[in-house]
Amino acid sequence: MSEKNGNVWVFIEQEGGKIAEVSLELVCKGTELAKKLGIKTEAVILGNNLDGKIETLFHYGCDTVYQVEDKALEPFTVLPYAETLVKMLMEHRPNILLFGATLKGRELAPRVASTMLAGLTADCTDLQIDDFEDKIAKKMYKNKLMQIRPAFGGNIIATIVNTWEDPQMVTVREGVMKLSTPDTSKKGEIVKIKPELSAESKVMHVIERVSAEKAVDLKKAQVIIAGGYGVGTKENFKLIRQLANALGGEIAASRAAVDAGWINHDYQVGQTGVTVRPKLYIACGISGSIQHRAGMDQSSKIIAINTDPEAPIFSVAHYGIVGNLNDVIPRMIKAFKAKA
Amino acid sequence: MKRQLMVFVKQVPDTKNISGEAMTPEGTVNRSALPAIFNPEDLNALELGLQLKERYGFKVLVATMGPPNAAEVLRESLYRGADEAILITDRSFAGADTLATSYALSCCVKSVKNIDLILCGRQAIDGDTAQVGPQLAEKLNIPQICYIEEVIDVNDKTVKARRSIEGGYEILETPLPTLLTVIDSNEPRPPSARNVMKYKKAKTRSELAKVHGRGTDYTDASDLLEEESKLRSKNLWIHEWDASKLSADIERIGLKGSPTKVKKIESVVLTAGKVVSVPPTEEGINALIRELIEDHTLG
Repeated sequence: MSEKNGNVWVFIEQEGGKIAEVSLELVCKGTELAKKLGIKTEAVILGNNLDGKIETLFHYGCDTVYQVEDKALEPFTVLPYAETLVKMLMEHRPNILLFGATLKGRELAPRVASTMLAGLTADCTDLQIDDFEDKIAKKMYKNKLMQIRPAFGGNIIATIVNTWEDPQMVTVREGVMKLSTPDTSKKGEIVKIKPELSAESKVMHVIERVSAEKAVDLKKAQVIIAGGYGVGTKENFKLIRQLANALGGEIAASRAAVDAGWINHDYQVGQTGVTVRPKLYIACGISGSIQHRAGMDQSSKIIAINTDPEAPIFSVAHYGIVGNLNDVIPRMIKAFKAKA
Repeated sequence: MKRQLMVFVKQVPDTKNISGEAMTPEGTVNRSALPAIFNPEDLNALELGLQLKERYGFKVLVATMGPPNAAEVLRESLYRGADEAILITDRSFAGADTLATSYALSCCVKSVKNIDLILCGRQAIDGDTAQVGPQLAEKLNIPQICYIEEVIDVNDKTVKARRSIEGGYEILETPLPTLLTVIDSNEPRPPSARNVMKYKKAKTRSELAKVHGRGTDYTDASDLLEEESKLRSKNLWIHEWDASKLSADIERIGLKGSPTKVKKIESVVLTAGKVVSVPPTEEGINALIRELIEDHTLG
């Protein structure tokens, strides 16, 4: 039955052999979905010189890795990637295909879905398996992928289902699926593929490519001190830095603070920034728009400091301090230094 | 003949400014209670198109798919310097997901012919999917460059552009025709007063018919036909195309042409929480820090 129905596939994003964190998150989620459906979890990775770079995918739960290598697949350009993936999908007909909602994923997945005439849901924050009854068409669908995502600027959460032929395709937001503990003893099957690329797929030329690591990896931070518009000035942002230094945390910001030019976009938490789930998130002068909350409301502990007692940030906070940052933050630093 | 580029734009509800009244008691969004605006990144796409008009002499065509009143964003485009506008409207387009939408837009491009560049905003703020651009490129079987920051050069055969990538940028060159999706990387120009004076009289067929209290099938009304030909000759005619004019396959548009179905919609409810109120005093903050150290959140 499993062969006929197709497996769960995860598109693995890599750059110079380094696998993107979101791809590992998706392998974990994919494994969970595959278990429910009684099928396998398979990964497909495209690039060049990938030997020895993919074992970690087995540790997180992959049964099979399709390792597809060609000079034209490194660095990423959309046409050869799309062509290769489409051929593989036609051959293997996976049930589900997951992409990270990264710049690459969001460029590639729609192109592939369009050729496959498959439904595609962008930027999912949750995936479940359930039945779906199409009341208009009076049709029942068993064990479909529930594709759950925010829409309308985050004001609503929609559950979407693909009713056409498989694959059921989604892109998934970075940082929302939890990493399981890797089991380094696990092994799986590597299937090496040398794609035959058409001349048509090679018409895009990369003239120049400049890519630097991000200034900060907020997803790994255990303690995050985030400043918002209420911080007031760029100068005043030093308060946020001081608290972060004292508590051993990273600084972050809301979109308003980034737009004001007080800090760069690498530090932005929220729908158009990074999604984080640290042990402690301290929101300083952040009103808590729905877009910001979407990026931090899964934090284990949230402290909100704001002069406005009605600020929506308090609705997701565990501790609320109504007060001025200039008073509260120095008191926090002093209290911590005295106790720690 | 002048070289042509086409900019696709969308009228969207202003999701960044949703107020309480815009949510229905059932928790869905009441679109009609939201102001309709020009999708922000589509303004960036239009601005890029207008810059290419100035640099290389392109004719700028603007098209949108939507209800009849989406003609407003087309007039907005004419006010800024677009040369010609097309409204794609038909009840049978309703309920389209991104696949059905990109198919309908591809029919529009094929009807116009001889388009060197297609420009779209990266994504629209009502769905934030960023899917229609790449899907449209695929439907037309042409290359795409997403997340454009600037166009470096266009010659007879190729376009060279700089685009954003994870942690940096990339300069790509592709053959024409190509589709570009544009991010918030330029300063869209405001409408020009002279263009507003001229194009505020621009009309679609539906709008002309409505002014005269008629249906859009006014083939027997000589007064309307005369006014239409006058508007056309002054370049004040906004084309209004339906599914048949686009030769669109009826199975591939609207709800029928959409593989994705919405199972349910829930509003994001603020769970008035179990927030512990901490006084901003030294005692209050000391107690809080002590608690966080004791439960190993800190330290």
